[in-house]
Amino acid sequence: MAKDKPGTIEVKSFGTHHVITQPNPLRKMLLRVPESDLDDPVGRAEKALAGLSGEFKEWMTIEADRLSAAHATVLREGFNDKTREELFRAAHDIKGDAATFGYPSAAAAAESLCRIIEHAPDLAAVPAQLIAHHINAVQAIVRNRTKLDTAVVAGVLSKQLRGIADEFLTHANRDRPEHLEAILAPSIVPGE
Amino acid sequence: MYRIDFNKLRFLICDDNPHMRRILRTLLHSFGAREVYEAEDGATALEMYTHYVPDIVITDWSMPIFDGLELAQMIRQPESKGNPYAPIIMLTGHSEKRRVTVARDAGVTEFLAKPISAKGLYQRIMNVVANPRPFIKTKTYFGPDRRRNTTNTYIGPERRGSGEVEVLQQPSLLEKARSTI
Repeated sequence: MAKDKPGTIEVKSFGTHHVITQPNPLRKMLLRVPESDLDDPVGRAEKALAGLSGEFKEWMTIEADRLSAAHATVLREGFNDKTREELFRAAHDIKGDAATFGYPSAAAAAESLCRIIEHAPDLAAVPAQLIAHHINAVQAIVRNRTKLDTAVVAGVLSKQLRGIADEFLTHANRDRPEHLEAILAPSIVPGE
Repeated sequence: MYRIDFNKLRFLICDDNPHMRRILRTLLHSFGAREVYEAEDGATALEMYTHYVPDIVITDWSMPIFDGLELAQMIRQPESKGNPYAPIIMLTGHSEKRRVTVARDAGVTEFLAKPISAKGLYQRIMNVVANPRPFIKTKTYFGPDRRRNTTNTYIGPERRGSGEVEVLQQPSLLEKARSTI
């Protein structure tokens, strides 16, 4: 929508590269407002997000069922490119979405599962129960969230799963330094 | 103090997850944006990018057909008919440092790890609107300057000490868009 007019691009050439500077086409979208300006777009957006929260439980159930369906296919057909991809994608979506939907422990369990899928040298050699426990944990966290004492239990559960998964991955990747480094590297997402 | 006039900005969001698209759309509309286009895979996003000429692209990483990383690489083609300079915000569940580096090397302007927050998204948009970085073109890279910080402790060769300046007339993006329709 930025109605840009032809501008000038400045190109500075060096031995190995060019530095290209162009006039900022979005500059006109910046409005100078007084400090007393009361408009709060972030607050407005947070309110709108809260307005959606009535749908989060249903969305989360859909995501958890998709994960269980992907796992059922793995149990039926074994791991191949397609089943691995679908299980990873379902877990990865929960990892990214669940905290926004109010299920941070489900996100943590899904992240742990993603790490197993991404870093296990041979998925067929991963204990089936380790994967099943992650799927069951996500389902349990989603289904039982309304109970008062489940938040603490969910947190402990996902933390323990992550500990067991990390122990398995660290051992399985002891001769694969690039994976070991990725497994042990801290997440860039700030902790809760 | 500055605020963004969102109702003049055109967004393209690309995520295969319908729930995340709904959340993004809600946040952007709440900020004041009126034009928000949605794609559920990289191929559709690229087509919409050429057609709608968005000001800002917000894309997920993992998607079917081709992913957000490939989308960024396709947008960042200096000789393409579309606008290769549009800010790209990568919004992803990938939260490892090496992923940030890979995204940066694909020409992504900003990286935002999920879970999404209104504040995080607003800050990234503010950053690309208010503080655009120059573009760098090398044999293997075309995209925003990957150097964000200056350091006095750097002791390697300085490759940007001097250079020849050439000023080019930039074709209007609107003209570019019209010529492709």
